Amino acid sequence: MGDPLNAFITACDLPPLKEGRLSGLRIAVKDNISTAGVPTTCGSRILQGYVPPYDAFVVELLRAEGARIVGKTNMDEFGMGNTTENSGFGPTLNPIDPRRVSGGSSGGSGAAVAAGMADLALGSDTGGSIRCPAAFCGIAGHKPTYGRVSRFGLVAYANSLEQIGPLARSVQEIATLLQVLCRHDPRDSTCRNRPFDLVPTGEIRGVKIGIPEEFFGFGVDPRVAAVVYRAIERLEELGAEVIACSMPSMKYALAAYYTTCMSEASSNLARFDGVRYGLPVDHRPSWHEAFREVRKRGFGSEVKRRVMLGTFALSAGYYGRYYAKAQIARDLVREDFAQLFREVDLIAGPTMPTIAFRLGEKSDPLSSYLADILTVPANLAGIPAISIPCGEVEGMPVGLQLMGRHFQDELVVDAAYAYEQARGCER
Amino acid sequence: MISRKDVEHIAELADIGLAPEEVEEFTHQFNLILDYFEILDQLPAEGGWTRTDTEDLNVMREDLVVPSLPQHEAIMNASAREDGFIKAPRVM
Amino acid sequence: MRTVTEERGVIIGLEVHTQLSTASKLFCGCSTDYREDEPNTHVCPVCLGLPGSLPVINRRAVEYALKVAKALNCRVAEECEFARKNYFYPDLPKGFQITMYDRPIGTQGYVDIEGEDGEKRIGITRIHLEEDPGRLVHAGEGDRPKYTLVDYNRSGIPLLEIVTDPDLRSPKEARRFLNALRTTLEYLGVFEGDREGALRVDANISIEGQNRVEIKNISSYKGVEKALTFEITRQRGMMRRGLGIERETRHFMEARGITTSSRSKEVEHDYRYFPEPDLRPLRVRSWLDRIQLPEMPAARRERFMVQYGVSLTHARTLTGELRLAEFYEKVAHVDALLAATWVADTLLGELNYRDQSITALPPERFEALLRMLKSGAITDRGAVEILRRMLDAAARHEPIETPERIMKSLDLGRDNATDLMAMAAEVVSSNASAVSDYRSGKREALNFLVGQMMKRTRGKADPRELRRVLESILTSG
Repeated sequence: MGDPLNAFITACDLPPLKEGRLSGLRIAVKDNISTAGVPTTCGSRILQGYVPPYDAFVVELLRAEGARIVGKTNMDEFGMGNTTENSGFGPTLNPIDPRRVSGGSSGGSGAAVAAGMADLALGSDTGGSIRCPAAFCGIAGHKPTYGRVSRFGLVAYANSLEQIGPLARSVQEIATLLQVLCRHDPRDSTCRNRPFDLVPTGEIRGVKIGIPEEFFGFGVDPRVAAVVYRAIERLEELGAEVIACSMPSMKYALAAYYTTCMSEASSNLARFDGVRYGLPVDHRPSWHEAFREVRKRGFGSEVKRRVMLGTFALSAGYYGRYYAKAQIARDLVREDFAQLFREVDLIAGPTMPTIAFRLGEKSDPLSSYLADILTVPANLAGIPAISIPCGEVEGMPVGLQLMGRHFQDELVVDAAYAYEQARGCER
Repeated sequence: MISRKDVEHIAELADIGLAPEEVEEFTHQFNLILDYFEILDQLPAEGGWTRTDTEDLNVMREDLVVPSLPQHEAIMNASAREDGFIKAPRVM
Repeated sequence: MRTVTEERGVIIGLEVHTQLSTASKLFCGCSTDYREDEPNTHVCPVCLGLPGSLPVINRRAVEYALKVAKALNCRVAEECEFARKNYFYPDLPKGFQITMYDRPIGTQGYVDIEGEDGEKRIGITRIHLEEDPGRLVHAGEGDRPKYTLVDYNRSGIPLLEIVTDPDLRSPKEARRFLNALRTTLEYLGVFEGDREGALRVDANISIEGQNRVEIKNISSYKGVEKALTFEITRQRGMMRRGLGIERETRHFMEARGITTSSRSKEVEHDYRYFPEPDLRPLRVRSWLDRIQLPEMPAARRERFMVQYGVSLTHARTLTGELRLAEFYEKVAHVDALLAATWVADTLLGELNYRDQSITALPPERFEALLRMLKSGAITDRGAVEILRRMLDAAARHEPIETPERIMKSLDLGRDNATDLMAMAAEVVSSNASAVSDYRSGKREALNFLVGQMMKRTRGKADPRELRRVLESILTSG
């Protein structure tokens, strides 16, 4: 099978272990999810040659439900990016317009599903990494509530923020995959026993949907905003009650998010020393020299930037100003959501402020970070969030984002299903 | 304001090797990013933060032994091995 | 004449790392019983730090830590929490150590020890749980190893770190504190002190008014006293020469009994601690109510004095090690005082001399030996000989023969043992008035009877032995 989009890092064929709800389906798995016997690179040269001796819990679950795993998908190195251009294995191109990026960091998973190279895919979402490629490639992608899906086997980038979740062409398939993935795993101390229980009905009459004004500020392309407003009107026509609201902590969200994920990453990525696995360390120099050299050769620029800034944010004299403040800001975001969810059942807005960037457009790190402003709040608060296609700008898809209360992934998915059904009838 | 020297110092603290052109580039970029992070300075300095939601405490396992990896699987990914040990650069 | 410097006091604080005796590691199910095994055979994705692996807290390790917190009179906070200590070293497979930082298990405890001038209270600053790193072997010759070999079997073994206040004033006090701590941990059943590497100590030492020096990684009880003694001599020497004491970290070279400068530029380590996001906080203070502490060393010492009538010195020795105390209690019924002397003095001396543990000798064998002594079937010297034979056999991992058999095979059986009994019986029957004096409480009467026997043996017998033979007849009659 050719891969003109560069969606896969490794092709494989892991057959199902038995028949189940996913029988007959080909599933692509993001390359930061461990697969026994199949290389797992996280899009990084530093993991060159690493073959995990164990399966991630989600991989066990998929294969036990009849799925066939067909490949490991491309991604921004360790999940650090929203374009897949930060991959050590080249960018993944957007299936709708190959001059544009597929989004990231789960860009390979997004492109593979959108292009029909896989039926379904797993991604991981630390600050929007499932929802961004879903929006850019015109498919559905869901970030589950923190603790709903086991992270055992997911190579950590920012442990307190990330979740594994599904990407698919339909919301129905998202629901099916969530039924398989949401299982308690005693090997992940942050995983809770909350099975996903939903047969989508598409009924959203009486559901209250909050529209925070901030989700339409912060550099959101007015054309994107217009498409999303139309989608929200559609939800209103289906019987939802739309309520304008506000989320003042949004101004801290991006700084809080980046400070937190960089800090955690600076610690998580310290294990890549070329000793036990990955890019071979040179045994001739002394330890620190050799360690420094492996990281110099093995990490791309964005990883170096984040590890260094994270180190800085945790260092003596700066912890209080950066890491600690970020956690205080994170509390404010949680409180804002809690406040809003006393009034409304769901929150809606765009997934990304713009359509898919042109390749090379986001060469400046900060401008790339700013594009995450609408997706990071859900990660900071640990709430569920889905992105579904809701229209086009310049022929490129636009994503509608719906967020819900903790462990109410079912309501989020059902509302997305309602919209998808209505939009399907329309077209 | 972050200087070249600061970037070099952080690289040392983080134990990451940088090419000279990276030092230059990062100095510029870090200044932009840290300027953006200054929004956090508006928050009150005192007071802790929530470290967990209360339902989610005391997650533990029983003290039971489960089989370990066979030695060859444990060390198969290492770049160099010797008599069952994993080889690393000298530390002294 | 004492110089000014010598009058200045010594201030010592210890950081003690003890391996807890759980069955599995702190964050994974790998066995902790690794000592005799091949490298990297007690490892899994978690303790190898493989990408994607996650830690899960061992409940028993937490229980053990709380037990120690209770026994050391610590305060336990409402909530405690693991944190990451970030530093890069090949024995640390994740590039950080999971430990506790600002929210440890216990704080503000104390231990009472026998200080330089009577009983003394040593403050416990904090106790916390953390994971042991792997083990490094430096390959190549001498001072410049070519590379390092790593064995991760030890990686993830639960460690309890116990930090004292700077309350210790001499190397001897430091040793006494460690002995008391070790005994306490053993009594609690959370620690096996004779396992290699089960206890490691870092010591902070300063002479009043001078900089503090840290001595890292002392791996034996005796080492602590030696390292501190060396360090005090070194520092006093420097001061006498008018030199200041540099604030630094030094290593103890066990074999040479000296400390050497690590020579690393003394950069303040920046460990960049932050809460471990893969674990949930612990709210376990309420478990303290359920924890029943066993009889602790001080209580057992008191009981030994009351129940067995042994001296304070013997009681202290016998209760100073859990297994010794248990051993004594198994054999004490033969004759509590005889057993105390023979366990605390003779047996312990022989064991220390041979660097053997009390587990080398089955208590039944020792019990039989005590019976033979008590009945006079054997002389003291013969008994020591038999004891040595038994311990030698144990050291060679050979079956230990009964003392009776050893006595026969060595012909240690005193020919006159039975004669002595007969003679004693005769003396008893022909000195009825002295016997009745003795039985009515006049203990001096026994001296008279011993004298009678000495006469008959023409002074060749051991009066202590005669006394014992006589006593056994008098009390059984």
